[in-house]
Amino acid sequence: MTAFLNKKEGFTHYLGTLKYALYVITHPFDGFWDLTHEKRGSIAAANTILFLTLLVRIMKLQFTSFVFLQVYWEGINILLYLASVLFPLALWCVGNWGLTTLFDGKGTLKQIYMATCYGLTPYPLIQFPLILFSNVVTYDEAEFYGVLSAISLIWAALLILAAMIQIHEYTVKKTLFFTVATGFAMLVMIFILLLFFSMISQGIAYFISIGREILFRM
Amino acid sequence: MKNIIKRISALLAGVMVLCSQPLEVCAEKGYTYNYDWWEDVQYSPDLYEVIGVFTASDLGITDKFSSPQGLYVCGSTVYICDTGNNRIVEMERTKFNNFSCKRIIDSFQGDVETTTFASPTDIAVSEDGYLYIADMNNGRILKLDQDLNYVMQFDKPVDSTIDPSASFLPSKISIDTAGRVYCVATNINQGLIKYENDGTFSGFVGATKVTYDWTDYLWKRLATKEQRAQLASFVPTEYSNLYMDTEGFIYACTVNVTEEDLAAGNATPIRKLNLMGDDILVRNGSFPVVGDLWWNGGTSGYDGPSLMTDITALDNDIYVGLDRVRGRMFGYNDQGNLVFVFGGNGNMDGYFRQPAAIDHMGHDLLVLDSVDCSITLFAPTEFGGLVYDAIEQFQDGKYYESGETWKQVMVQNGNYDLAYIGIGRSLLRQEKYHEAMEYFELKWDYKNYSKAFKQYRKEWVEEHIVMILLVLFLVICLPLFVGKVKKIKHEIDTADIFKV
Repeated sequence: MTAFLNKKEGFTHYLGTLKYALYVITHPFDGFWDLTHEKRGSIAAANTILFLTLLVRIMKLQFTSFVFLQVYWEGINILLYLASVLFPLALWCVGNWGLTTLFDGKGTLKQIYMATCYGLTPYPLIQFPLILFSNVVTYDEAEFYGVLSAISLIWAALLILAAMIQIHEYTVKKTLFFTVATGFAMLVMIFILLLFFSMISQGIAYFISIGREILFRM
Repeated sequence: MKNIIKRISALLAGVMVLCSQPLEVCAEKGYTYNYDWWEDVQYSPDLYEVIGVFTASDLGITDKFSSPQGLYVCGSTVYICDTGNNRIVEMERTKFNNFSCKRIIDSFQGDVETTTFASPTDIAVSEDGYLYIADMNNGRILKLDQDLNYVMQFDKPVDSTIDPSASFLPSKISIDTAGRVYCVATNINQGLIKYENDGTFSGFVGATKVTYDWTDYLWKRLATKEQRAQLASFVPTEYSNLYMDTEGFIYACTVNVTEEDLAAGNATPIRKLNLMGDDILVRNGSFPVVGDLWWNGGTSGYDGPSLMTDITALDNDIYVGLDRVRGRMFGYNDQGNLVFVFGGNGNMDGYFRQPAAIDHMGHDLLVLDSVDCSITLFAPTEFGGLVYDAIEQFQDGKYYESGETWKQVMVQNGNYDLAYIGIGRSLLRQEKYHEAMEYFELKWDYKNYSKAFKQYRKEWVEEHIVMILLVLFLVICLPLFVGKVKKIKHEIDTADIFKV
């Protein structure tokens, strides 16, 4: 019985934290402060928002009217397509955390991830109705679609900025600086990863060719 | 941890493979093709077949042509400028698949110094039967009557923009109904030279606007005088050929295109000029009117963009450009959609070594090859005939018939985008909007789809207006009603009378 109650309570808490995303997007400064400091958010809700974002990205491909989005299905790899969101997100969280810990940032990696995901909320929130909307408008009314789509992205970007201000307890100037710096950190990480994997593959190729040579001579 | 690294590495490998994979396009197999909306090559049944390849000996002329440059068709008469032999061959199409030589023009009578030609490069015939000949190395355009009597000549224009010491080399000409002469001359890049019918020079037509962006401007400001002299000067392009269609518009083509311009979509190798010299070519196709879209020659060894050396326009507003790089012909319709591409380089019939000029006789096409010294005659196949029928029926306002013909085209080639769009446009005219939408959607024609959808949406709203209003009413009124009920309930619950 207590287990059931706990479970139910946990679920209610989860719903509460998910619903809190709607408060965050309209009251970013207040919202992101309470998100971590008052424990009003949860990783589960953050995961849900990220999942919805990925879902809407895929649903967009299939259900948006071809007037606005033409999909060359032969060139689409769903996993790579999802990675185009997840990979930059992972780089962003790690890069941002790595930099801000060195410069008095108060946020932990978990908090950065959670706040960034909460910041993504406007994307699924606007893009889902936009999929339906795209099917009732014509090419002449494309501007509405474009503007709404742009709003969802700009809103999310501004929210993530606000989140960084509150989580790290930074000034606006410092946040902007570290956002740009995080961009460079992401590039450095990509560079190192590429270097790493090309080295590894060359190393492997070297040993394979030695092995082959030995086999030929034997 | 290992697992994660493995996964990320797999992902990165995937990204790298995706980025480094060259686009696999081989346009080298198959004779006739077209591009679909994605600019992928779609092979097609032939729209044209070779009826015959005619050399001088086939026409009963003893000495062979020498680098012929000009071709002109007037009714069933064909003129060939046999440039290297300084003569013009006039021949008649006697049968569907045969020509016979009518006469060889190598001199004329008249009160002028030279009564022979020096490298005649083009000929045109006016409506009242006068022959106009671009006598290139004599620096004049001759006007002769049908009995080869000298009438007049058009000389080098006197204009401050033309260097008086440079020789005048008229290469291609066209005549309008009023007897005005339009001329393309070598080394003159101000546009087409226009003469009035009395021989006076009246200006240049169709000069390309010279544009440069702010980076060019900045470079020029920073460069020294010597460096500036070395920078490429911004000059208008020189035309390579021109053709006057039945409505008096000039189709002109140029080979002065850069790959950068083509890639950026700024190049206009084919233009349609009105009397003011403005380019009025309709470019509504999903890709630009530039010939081939893929320039990597692969195994063929022919690299670079298509270079249009000549152009002709049929009476149904389909214009055909001739690409001298790959020996291909590109047919576009009046909306700028590609109708067909065929041809190639080689020695077989239907392939060329150095195509120089193209003209048409009805729906048939004639191509002059200046190295092979032959003309190739093409006639539409059954498939090509159907495509032309469908296009012409639509132009004549027979929308239903046009749709039916396009359906026959689609039976023969299910990959032909114009057939789907043609059926869609026919249905659109018949006000069958929903069916039209399906055809447009199949071939990604979102502009026409939007036209059909707009009408369909209007019809749908008119049919379902009661339901829409009902839903709207419910959506607006239901929350109000629920709120009211809740308020009353709250008042009852908290009312003083019920307090014990």
